[in-house]
Amino acid sequence: MSAALGVGLGGVVSASTRRRRSVVNAIACTALGASVVIALIPLALVLGYTISKGSKALTGSFLTHSMRGVGPLDGTGGAYHAIIGTLEQVLIASLIAIPLGLLVAVYIVEYGRGPLRSAVRFLIDVMTGIPSIVAGLFIFAFWVLGLHRGFSGLAAGLALAVLMLPVVVRSAEEMLKLVPDNLREASYALGIPRWRTVVSVVLPTASAGITTGVMLAVARVTGETAPLLLTAFGYDAIRTSPAKGPQSGLPLFVFQQAGSAFDVAVRRAWAGALTLIAIVLVLTVVARVVAGRSQLKAN
Amino acid sequence: MSKRIEAEGVTAWFGSHKAIESVSVAIEPKQVTALIGPSGCGKSTFIRTLNRMHEVVPGARMEGKVLLDGEDIYGDGVSATDVRRSIGMVFQRPNPFPTMSIRDNVAAGLKLNGVRGKSAIDDAVERSLRLAGLWDEVSTRLNRPGAGLSGGQQQRLCIARAIAVEPHVLLMDEPCSALDPVSTLTIEDLITDLKDDYTIVIVTHNMQQAARVSDVTAFFNIGGPGEPGRVVEMGATSKIFTKPDDERTEAYITGRFG
Repeated sequence: MSAALGVGLGGVVSASTRRRRSVVNAIACTALGASVVIALIPLALVLGYTISKGSKALTGSFLTHSMRGVGPLDGTGGAYHAIIGTLEQVLIASLIAIPLGLLVAVYIVEYGRGPLRSAVRFLIDVMTGIPSIVAGLFIFAFWVLGLHRGFSGLAAGLALAVLMLPVVVRSAEEMLKLVPDNLREASYALGIPRWRTVVSVVLPTASAGITTGVMLAVARVTGETAPLLLTAFGYDAIRTSPAKGPQSGLPLFVFQQAGSAFDVAVRRAWAGALTLIAIVLVLTVVARVVAGRSQLKAN
Repeated sequence: MSKRIEAEGVTAWFGSHKAIESVSVAIEPKQVTALIGPSGCGKSTFIRTLNRMHEVVPGARMEGKVLLDGEDIYGDGVSATDVRRSIGMVFQRPNPFPTMSIRDNVAAGLKLNGVRGKSAIDDAVERSLRLAGLWDEVSTRLNRPGAGLSGGQQQRLCIARAIAVEPHVLLMDEPCSALDPVSTLTIEDLITDLKDDYTIVIVTHNMQQAARVSDVTAFFNIGGPGEPGRVVEMGATSKIFTKPDDERTEAYITGRFG
């Protein structure tokens, strides 16, 4: 053995062992590469198909017109009203779920103790598993019927907030847990109070990760269809006020157009789907840039 | 500026585990007091009771008195945040705030405690960085992230951050254990400079370091596994390292255990 060491590192391993290692290495690399390709195939197909089908009907007129007065066989009409609806509904959901979710996550990680904390975490876990139609049904029974508010974009926003809240809490919780305790201690040791430590040290340190998690939550609810059926209901014309009366939304628009027997409507559905993907993409890219900025500052 | 600390019968627990028992130590101003002893003997626990950082750990509690110039820091109506502002701490691993620039790291204690006024803060930043011996190295890049400095520089940044709030006492919990020998020497020189203005307490595993920087040394030890740590012997560093009274101290400093 000492003689083998003398001829250097390569000499220690026999030729057959080296051959076996290179074969195992090749197999493992192939398997990894293949997995990546297989995972990307459905994504590429969905994206490619939507782009090829949707881009034909995605015109300036489509983005600036509603479906008001458009006959079943007309090739005109567009998703303007649905885009407005989606943006408003997601904004309402975000305004409710993001601050509330962050506060709950801060409670769980920074303040919660004992059984109450466990109970909150358990309830959030249960909320994560709520089917989206149930969230819609809840707002339908509680808000639309129970409080006689009727269908509206606001009701849709509330239902989306119910779905968004647990996603925001869980992702923010994970990110806050990653902040090392020694940073909190450094802050306490300077005589900085706990709330100030959370606001000025813990949250900024976790901000990049929290932003990513929040954007995933936004992206997720942007495409929700089922709750909209029971809350926004759908509407052909432009309705800018989310508080009064039924409103459309892009997922709802796609659902309704795709269910039609006429080609013109199905084409509009594809264009609507492409618009929806584009909105989510823009939101994600913006979030990445924002998160990247604060990350740069961190490094 | 520097004040005297007197710990009287300090006993501290983590849950049901008693980490230290009836530790009574007097720490004089303008001196460096070193706490030495084997791992797990409660040195870090003790130093954390001196600025009420012990209670930050869930389930931790303590009994006894800690007097800062005669005033009990655990007394009624004394807030932990006020105590920590007058008794600063430097930790084992350099822990600059990663989202803050060098300037903001040093200014953090002032800004987050509500001090306003750019010129006052800028002055405090420069003064603290000069005291910490870091000014010449970073004065041209105060807006760069603090986390971009080397380990030794980061630790001096943490010292600057601690002294920026003008504490009376500086506690150092193994401040050099994550640093290379050159950075360690720089920090030791810095400790010697700082003792003109501060009461300094340093926990160290490195006996040469204790011998080099401290005026007074306290030797901590445990009776056996699971038993609480106590002070075995305390006295002038020159005496502890040459003619200790207790045979356990002698055994430890000569390297026979620990």
